Amino acid sequence: MNEKRVALVTGAGRGIGATIALTLAKENTDIAVVDYAAEESAKETMETLAACGVTARYYACDVSDFSATKTVVEQIVKDFGKIDILVNNAGITADKLLMRMDESDWDRVLNINLKGCFNMIKHVTPHMMRKRYGRIVSISSVVGLMGNAGQANYAASKAGIIGLTKTVAKEFGARNITANAVAPGFIKTAMTDALTEEQKQAMYKLIPLGALGETQDIANAVKFLVSDDARYITGVVLKVDGGMYI
Amino acid sequence: MTTLEKLKEILSECKGEDLDITPETTFEELDFDSLDKVDIVMQIEEAYDISLGDNMQLSTVGELIAKIDEAVAAKG
Repeated sequence: MNEKRVALVTGAGRGIGATIALTLAKENTDIAVVDYAAEESAKETMETLAACGVTARYYACDVSDFSATKTVVEQIVKDFGKIDILVNNAGITADKLLMRMDESDWDRVLNINLKGCFNMIKHVTPHMMRKRYGRIVSISSVVGLMGNAGQANYAASKAGIIGLTKTVAKEFGARNITANAVAPGFIKTAMTDALTEEQKQAMYKLIPLGALGETQDIANAVKFLVSDDARYITGVVLKVDGGMYI
Repeated sequence: MTTLEKLKEILSECKGEDLDITPETTFEELDFDSLDKVDIVMQIEEAYDISLGDNMQLSTVGELIAKIDEAVAAKG
């Protein structure tokens, strides 16, 4: 597809989402950044995107809010004319052992991580259907495949994304809309930077490739799944984890 | 805009081509699949602020128009 595409990336103000947005922008894709935070916090990301020579706009929106996501999708379609690519990346953690996890910890994580994906897919797919084209990638996690002590809410939300993705792949395949998930393992972030050398060594032992992943590794997987090279791939969970979960 | 004109707009957008429909046109000849049908019903419901339900068994455009007009009238 040579025509310039439009990607909506949630949680793209910073971190993995920002790297995904930047990677797609380098592929000549206009970017709609959807993030809950105020626009000022994503200033650097927006400047970097603009430097790629594409149109990039920022939309402040809580993805767990059904009507707010409807409004923001309509605004993006009005501003860009279409949405070709949806990347569901927005997510939070609220880690605690289940014994200590309260209802609000559960609801908050499920609402943003899983319901947020439903909301975006629900409002974006009618536009993709009419164009007979769409690429949806949702960021899951290896934790959604293997579970993780202290992350019952997060693991459930990320496992939910896999079920959602596979269903969307089946329901919308006839409209040339693909839906796939990327499941990152341990990715180098500010949080992992804060770990001690001993903690890092323990982590490396779990990873056959012996290193943490970079946000760019995740963005590369997304870039592939939305590319024409992946036109016949739908309903898959692509693990990007250095072999951590095999 | 008449119901037929609005319906022509919705069905054409869904099909991705300009459709020439009359009340006698059958849905069988329009060849919409189940996804199209859900999309059409949702668009009609939004346009008229009515609820049509999920299990309509209609054979012609005319029958759909009657159903829409009936729901709009019931709304008051």
